Amino acid sequence: MKLYLKIWRQKDASSPGKIVDYTLDGVEGDMSFLEMLDILNEELVSKGEEPVEFDHDCREGICGTCSLQINGEPHGPDRLVTTCQLHMRKFNDGDTIVIEPFRAKAFPVIKDLIVDRSSFERIQQAGGYISVNTSGNTVDANSIPINKYDADEAMDAATCIGCGACVAACKNASAMLFTSAKVSQFALLPQGRIEATERVQNMVRQMDLEGFGNCTNTGACEIECPKGISLTNIARMNREYLSATLKG
Amino acid sequence: MGILDSKIPSGPLADKWTKHKNDINLVNPANKRNIDIIVVGTGLAGGAAAATLAELGYNVKTFCYQDSPRRAHSIAAQGGINAAKNYQGDGDSNYRLFYDTIKGGDYRSREANVYRLAEVSGNIIDQCVAQGVPFAREYGGMLDNRSFGGVLVSRTFYAKGQTGQQLLLGAYSAMNRQINRGKIQAFNRHEMMDLVLVDGKARGIIARNLVTGEIERHSAHAVVLATGGYGNVFFLSTNAMGSNVMAAWRAHRKGAFFANPCFTQIHPTCIPVSGDHQSKLTLMSESLRNDGRIWVPKKKEDAIAIREGKLKPTEIIEEDRDYYLERRYPAFGNLVPRDVASRAAKERCDAGFGVNKTGEAVFLDFASAIERYGKEKALTSGLKNPDKATITKLGEEVVEAKYGNLFQMYEKIVDQNPYKTPMMIYPAVHYTMGGLWVDYNLQTTIPGCYAAGEANFSDHGANRLGASALMQGLADGYFVLPYTIGDYLSKDIRTGAIPTDSPEFEEAEKQVRERMEKLMSGSGIHSVDYYHKKLGKIMWNKCGMARNEKELKEAIKEISALRKDFWENVKIPGSIDSKNQELEKAGRVADFLELGELFAKDALHRNESCGGHFREEYQTEEGEALRDDENFKYVAAWEYKGEPKDAELHKEDLVYENIELKTRSYK
Repeated sequence: MKLYLKIWRQKDASSPGKIVDYTLDGVEGDMSFLEMLDILNEELVSKGEEPVEFDHDCREGICGTCSLQINGEPHGPDRLVTTCQLHMRKFNDGDTIVIEPFRAKAFPVIKDLIVDRSSFERIQQAGGYISVNTSGNTVDANSIPINKYDADEAMDAATCIGCGACVAACKNASAMLFTSAKVSQFALLPQGRIEATERVQNMVRQMDLEGFGNCTNTGACEIECPKGISLTNIARMNREYLSATLKG
Repeated sequence: MGILDSKIPSGPLADKWTKHKNDINLVNPANKRNIDIIVVGTGLAGGAAAATLAELGYNVKTFCYQDSPRRAHSIAAQGGINAAKNYQGDGDSNYRLFYDTIKGGDYRSREANVYRLAEVSGNIIDQCVAQGVPFAREYGGMLDNRSFGGVLVSRTFYAKGQTGQQLLLGAYSAMNRQINRGKIQAFNRHEMMDLVLVDGKARGIIARNLVTGEIERHSAHAVVLATGGYGNVFFLSTNAMGSNVMAAWRAHRKGAFFANPCFTQIHPTCIPVSGDHQSKLTLMSESLRNDGRIWVPKKKEDAIAIREGKLKPTEIIEEDRDYYLERRYPAFGNLVPRDVASRAAKERCDAGFGVNKTGEAVFLDFASAIERYGKEKALTSGLKNPDKATITKLGEEVVEAKYGNLFQMYEKIVDQNPYKTPMMIYPAVHYTMGGLWVDYNLQTTIPGCYAAGEANFSDHGANRLGASALMQGLADGYFVLPYTIGDYLSKDIRTGAIPTDSPEFEEAEKQVRERMEKLMSGSGIHSVDYYHKKLGKIMWNKCGMARNEKELKEAIKEISALRKDFWENVKIPGSIDSKNQELEKAGRVADFLELGELFAKDALHRNESCGGHFREEYQTEEGEALRDDENFKYVAAWEYKGEPKDAELHKEDLVYENIELKTRSYK
């Protein structure tokens, strides 16, 4: 199929960017979206032009590196997939596709379609862990039984890949879904309960410092999340935060 | 040719590690604050090592090319992690895990290292649970296990199909705790360009900031390389696009021996190649072989009809199916080790029984598992005489709970529903057992330069068992390296900070710049990917699942010629001093073009078949690998001498005091 691409090009963080038009022929349905961009880049390189830079690594939907706002949606039109797992069979011959970086104040553009998500790093550093030494001298793994339902729910929250689609989907560029997934994972486990109060306060404080917006419960994040992280996590974080505040 | 000293402690096997820990020198807590360590790579091994070293009190700097340590390719490991916990009471023990690993590796790994690995395996699970890793549990609240290839017990712990992700996020959280304390400085989007040696010791690295293009000098008292494997030398593999051999190869060029480069794991269950546009291959976890049955049609005409789309696999009756693994290996069936399963698939496809349009695929079928689980579920739900549709529905639910994310991934990529029609799979490059040679302390042949995880060669011999990579990465990172490195660093307590303005750093930085300038000065005919794909084709066709003398010799010539062509004609747009993904790729491919040749040279010299290394000249009448313990019971460690063809072989004899060498049999 033949596609008309409108791609955001930006030299670096301090330069202004703009949409550039490209026409690409010979795209097949079995190609992934990123393989389609590979072909475009191969053409650009052969013409001596600079290729379109985009973030990607594992190309199997788990590392969370790839991003892209495709026709206005993070990770494109398909549900429960990252851009690298989006296949061109979801598009038609003659389609125009607009490709932009994830947009948020806390995700400044580095180059072309690549954004800086280090704000997510700092939220995790503020409290996304259990303060246990890694010496291995802990209790036996089976000494604290954990209700299967809680363990499964913790696992569901823990599958967040930190891609930032929730932020890009949100009209307020809120990072509540991302932050609450980590808060939830630990809040649901006995090992994580011990520091629950400090954790939620520290992570929320950092989230606000980074310039993410507030949550107004539109639910766009849940719909666009490639891993199906549930809004329930935001509710849980709000509860955790409230009880932490009341504790002082 | 020299003989290598692996520094294995004396004494009985089971006491070696404890004795060694008691004997080695320690650094006192106050002095640790004056010692700097660089960790390159932040996957399971690097992330775990960085966290533990920082926690012990050392000043740690981590480097990764990704934008976050959490994105290292350990994250993609699906099925699980082994540990000899014996929670299932099925007779597991440290010894049995040790034995399975040595046997699975076809008797080409080091006894003492593997025993230590088994010994600390249980601790890993304790540690991870304490960190909040949400492993799968049973209804009683206890941890669940499943079984993997090459073993007869259930010792694999898992977190759905995302075990690697959860373990890596555990290590990442431990890192974050230390970053927050200021004990780790994380340099993300940075690539190690070279290792810096001062007075023969590893004292730092030259790194490139991938955002600004700036070249930076970083010094330390020791350098840990935990940079993963080199499977991307094949271009198509299950590795991440950025996975590369650069750090290990730079160290190799500075004096670190490279061991067993030809020992590569071709994983039997991957989604087959669909066309030339393909950029990478996707693994379908080995855990699927717990429940999936592998088959091809018995009749060639059926295979042809399937390839042409005239026949559906579900239309082939039971008698006309060849469950070739169950037929050839009745004891282990579909759970034979990876090398055996891969070769068997290739054998059937080469014989003309392959099932997708390329003829390079076999079926992985869940129909009987769905039926079995469905009946069981109906029984436990109190349903009497359920009809077939109900059984199927119930069975599909059970299978979805177990492997849902894998099935979804398959459907997204192939556009077929694996609940209704069998998956198609084919072997693909997945893991490299070879790597930097290390002694028992995980030190390379360069003093102060350590290698951990997949980057080293030590534990998996010629074939790695499923769910053992995660075990080794975390064992090296959390429990081995942080202690053994102290012995070396105890001599550095009076050294003080290593200056970065020395002639050695000056020279290393100059060389890095010159190399990049040389890359940029190519005549500009072909892209980097053009060369990478060409290299991949040579590797896959001539150094892949089956190798022979003639083709290996051809591969050596072809790779050498391709390397020359690359340096003269590669085309890289953009500049050195800014973000430039083509330049990043070029640097990595340049090193693959050297490693590939050494790989072929190693495969050519090893006149035997063992594990993942199958030489067509050395096989039994039934087509099984024919090992030659008399002549090849050693680790081949190559010393850099300029061109790969001049690399000098050093041998480490493998001594088996606790295990009797046997022909591996899974029949």
